Amino acid sequence: MTETTQLPPIEKARSPLSEAWEMFRGNHAAMAGLIVLVIIILGAIFGPMLYATDPFDMVWAPFSPPGQDGFLFGTDYLGRDLLAQILAGGRVTLIIGLSAAVLTVVIGVTVGALAGFYGGIVEEFLMRVTEFFQVLPTLLFSMVIVALFGASLPMITLAIGLVSWTAVARITRAEFQRVRELEYVMASRASGASNMGLMFGVILPNALPPIIVQSALMVGSAILFEAGLSFLGLTDPNITSWGQIIGSNRQYILESSFTVTIPGLAIFVTVLAISLVGDGLNDALNPKLRKR
Amino acid sequence: MPPLLQVENLRVELAVRGGAAPVIDDLSFTLDHGENVSFVGESGCGKSMTALAIMGLLPEGIGRIASGRILFEGEDLTTATPARLREIRGNQISMIFQEPMTSLNPVYTVGEQIAEVLRAHQKLGHKAAMETAAELLDAVRIPNARSRLNAYPFQMSGGQRQRVMIAIALACSPKILIADEPTTALDVTVQAQIFDLLRDLRRQTGTSLIMITHDMGAVADMADRLIVMYAGRKAEEGAVDTVIEHPRHPYSQGLISCVPHIVANLTEERHDLTEIPGIVPGIAEFGQDCCLYASRCPKVTDQCRTARPPEKPFPNDQTAACWHAEDM
Repeated sequence: MTETTQLPPIEKARSPLSEAWEMFRGNHAAMAGLIVLVIIILGAIFGPMLYATDPFDMVWAPFSPPGQDGFLFGTDYLGRDLLAQILAGGRVTLIIGLSAAVLTVVIGVTVGALAGFYGGIVEEFLMRVTEFFQVLPTLLFSMVIVALFGASLPMITLAIGLVSWTAVARITRAEFQRVRELEYVMASRASGASNMGLMFGVILPNALPPIIVQSALMVGSAILFEAGLSFLGLTDPNITSWGQIIGSNRQYILESSFTVTIPGLAIFVTVLAISLVGDGLNDALNPKLRKR
Repeated sequence: MPPLLQVENLRVELAVRGGAAPVIDDLSFTLDHGENVSFVGESGCGKSMTALAIMGLLPEGIGRIASGRILFEGEDLTTATPARLREIRGNQISMIFQEPMTSLNPVYTVGEQIAEVLRAHQKLGHKAAMETAAELLDAVRIPNARSRLNAYPFQMSGGQRQRVMIAIALACSPKILIADEPTTALDVTVQAQIFDLLRDLRRQTGTSLIMITHDMGAVADMADRLIVMYAGRKAEEGAVDTVIEHPRHPYSQGLISCVPHIVANLTEERHDLTEIPGIVPGIAEFGQDCCLYASRCPKVTDQCRTARPPEKPFPNDQTAACWHAEDM
């Protein structure tokens, strides 16, 4: 045997992640959402730098309609530049949305993972706690927190996080219960993995897809929640957010509706984009919908 | 020097409705260095439970070791701490599971999964672990081992996945390898390859093997000793040749006469293949003071229905738990 057989070149292994991206790219609505979302994020990051008008400065007469007098979005009831406010408010809105969602995921995944993995008394206790938070009237509870501890950015984030982690916890628990029983978890245990290693190294990566989708949608609902709180005036008056713009202009909704519609549209478009992306993620990460 | 593994009077109970049922009832056996002991028996006879009990992986809250000892190099595993068991698992005793299709984690590449064990037990760095993983894949005869390190489990066939499982199990050169029906889910040609591989690897590494299987052919081919399990009890034990030549328990006889190629010699007249009538009793009936095989046994007498037969010793280290073992 002097001849060596030439093996055919192995097809480059494609990770499940790249396959999911392929799926996602084929979804037009999700791609559109992603593009809009990227534009909004870029606008929030770079907008205030490029458009250097202070959102709190009175720059012109109040209620100047959009497009007139050199103000693209017009001016609000105090004569402040609405475009500058939208750009600055976008930052705050997105930061709150994102950090509240992160908080939600951290609390929810931890509680759900412990409950789903250990079962028994641990699960019983954690799920009762979860149910307790679930039956709290969410808006009222967060209003109480903000009213008690002051309307600062971290407090608002905390208030939103505290009332919305339950959904993530329940999904995580359900996924953990499903994955825990699979053979590769037993196989990992048989090769000496610790409980922590099993939970976060083995089970969590396999439980992630629905959690990712839920977290993406969480960002959208956190933004809406923040808008609701700001509309009610429970917000830091020294920072602008979209909800706050709507809230402070609400008395003039009949005379100059644009002061309310424009930030409202911004919220609408952002949340819609996030939902589309979340939906696309759901399709891309759900193996049952995947076409091979 | 104590034997590598010594199981003494092991009793494992599963919680079922209305109490605890002994899925393993008074099981004792020893495994020496480099030895291959095979467990055979129908499904539901406690073979896999034996494996899980040794690994300390009985289903939590459902199964527990009620009495008995499992001595690994003199150390009792039934009283070992969870941390100590983790140290042993995958390092000194490792296990191959029945279902290669689902025993690998789908989100990691096979290279990462082999390297993980090496990192955990041998404290290798990432690079060294990957290097060793490539050597292991090569040792289990996966072609193009180095480039297959980056393959995900779904890109491999069942046989290849089982090879990867074997590579993971052998990564830390364990003293004992437990193979729980390693070929049941594979097709016949691949089964033969996996058995060949196991035999060769065992020869090279000197690992002791506990093999759980339905395949009497493979047992005859590979094993040194044979333990026939029935309904959680040891029916018969002995050297493979002795037992196949002269089974002293009617259940062993039944199992052996089910298989064509052990007795078939083309020049001889061939016997009809027989089957064992009936099924293994339900788990709730385990543990009664009678011979649990009585309802299916052709040689049953009243004594079998009223008292549990003791394990009787015979020459050549053969034991059989049957009232009529002498007459066989």
